[in-house]
Amino acid sequence: MLIDKLKQRFGADIAAADNSCGEHVITVSREAAPAVLRALRDEPDFAFNFLIDLTAVDWMGREPRFEVVYQLKSLARNHRLRVKVPVPGNDAWVASAIELWKSADWLERECFDMFGIHFRDHPDLRRILLYDSFVGHPLRKDYPVDRRQPIVEEVDPVAAPRPPSR
Amino acid sequence: MALPARWAKKIEASDPADEIMELQMGPSHPASHGTIKFNLKLDGERIVDCDVEVGYLHRAFEKMTEQGTWTQVFPYTDRLNYASPCINNVGFALAVEKLCGIEIPDRCKYVRLIMSEISRITDHLTCLGMAAGEVGAQTVMFYMLEARELLYDLVEAVTGARLTVTWCRVGGITRDLPEDFADRIKVAFRNLDAVLEDCDRLLSRNRVFIDRMSGIGQLSREDAISYGLTGPLLRAAGVAYDVRKADPYLVYDRMDFEVPTGEQGDNYDRFNVRFQEMYQAKRIIEQAMRQLPAGPVCIDDHRFILPPKERVYNSIEGLMNHFKIVMEGIKVPAGEVYCAVEGANGELGFYVVSDGSGRPYRVRVRPPCFFGMGALNKMLIGRMIADIITTFGMINMIGGECDR
Repeated sequence: MLIDKLKQRFGADIAAADNSCGEHVITVSREAAPAVLRALRDEPDFAFNFLIDLTAVDWMGREPRFEVVYQLKSLARNHRLRVKVPVPGNDAWVASAIELWKSADWLERECFDMFGIHFRDHPDLRRILLYDSFVGHPLRKDYPVDRRQPIVEEVDPVAAPRPPSR
Repeated sequence: MALPARWAKKIEASDPADEIMELQMGPSHPASHGTIKFNLKLDGERIVDCDVEVGYLHRAFEKMTEQGTWTQVFPYTDRLNYASPCINNVGFALAVEKLCGIEIPDRCKYVRLIMSEISRITDHLTCLGMAAGEVGAQTVMFYMLEARELLYDLVEAVTGARLTVTWCRVGGITRDLPEDFADRIKVAFRNLDAVLEDCDRLLSRNRVFIDRMSGIGQLSREDAISYGLTGPLLRAAGVAYDVRKADPYLVYDRMDFEVPTGEQGDNYDRFNVRFQEMYQAKRIIEQAMRQLPAGPVCIDDHRFILPPKERVYNSIEGLMNHFKIVMEGIKVPAGEVYCAVEGANGELGFYVVSDGSGRPYRVRVRPPCFFGMGALNKMLIGRMIADIITTFGMINMIGGECDR
């Protein structure tokens, strides 16, 4: 089984292995993550040639606060794996996976945009969905859902009616 | 981005004829159907660098899903890929059902499958029609939009809406197929066949069209995989990966269909793959209609599905069930799940995390066209400005899905 092979291969690098609704999940420390991800991509037993998705979950109130979640997929072996990397809230960084999968480029930019997690050695880490002058990271649980940050100044048409056109 | 040395030298020489021109194309350009901006660096008409800016249609989908109950997420999913809303509904419902361990009735699986495939055809018709219109084949565009109307009529007959369907629920669907649905499908498909044949004749061997599409926007097999492309974009590069075959969901394992692939990975292959997929989708629908079993379309568990109105008004238990679902929402056990369906543009995945309360803790959607847009830069560098339009058209970027 995949989980047994992973445990055999990586040993102590895997902090936890789990099976959630029939899906394989492993947790890896952020220091070990680059080597583990590289091995997962390159070794024929795993052959995860697809980085299907990369995102994060904010567990506010728990430490470490963030979890960066990689969804991997292997075409050759047709199996999937979820790799979770815990990241502390006050020092949120992980190593970039852009060397391994090009899809990591935009995914990491989005994750940075939404969660403020820094991806080390990403060549072009800037916001992607939001605009550059946006303050804060909206998918963090402490970002209020009703905060407004308009790009152009908002005018209340009732309080400040437009001058009548001639 | 650093310029290659030969360009940097040209800039130093500052001969106006050799100058690199910066051009911002978009965000609302009449030839790109979607709000998107290309920051181009041009040498004449040749693209030296292209920075793609997305996010103009960002509506905070993922943040908003955390505010309501699980059922209240369905209307948001309609608005992801609005050319094929039924597939989004099905994808989210399947993810939550997997987390709850719900096994839906057979008929529900078939109806969901039929609606997904109808949506796949409408999506491909939108994509191909628009792409054809943008290279001058206005006739094809109108033919295809007309054919799409036939299918929207079917969607409307089932869900009551053309676009904002909100038709799935966790544990079932809100409406079954109408009684005359088999006849309606026959009529619609007869007309659709005629349109597809016309469009095929107008485009597939059309010199102008082929010149605009063939060899443009090419992406190798390795690059396509590395960029995380799925769906028609990946299959055009020769990789026969389809979620319906690789991890069959619903009842796709009982269907006999093929996965069309291309060889070159260029725009013409993408066009052909999408065109062939419409025939395959039709084949699947016809098989499913033949196999369609009788029975309920919802699970019989009123912790998830609203009880019939008769019971709500006449029994205390029915009233309580109704109240609990509407006021508190369904209770999804704590845990997390990733569930993928084959959307019209590729693998549409939902990663949902529940903390056991009545609200989603985190809903992440994997939007297939976001990855296509990420690879656009690679497809375009060294090409002409006019190639942006065809390449962008074949990615079928849907703002609602890409920007969420």
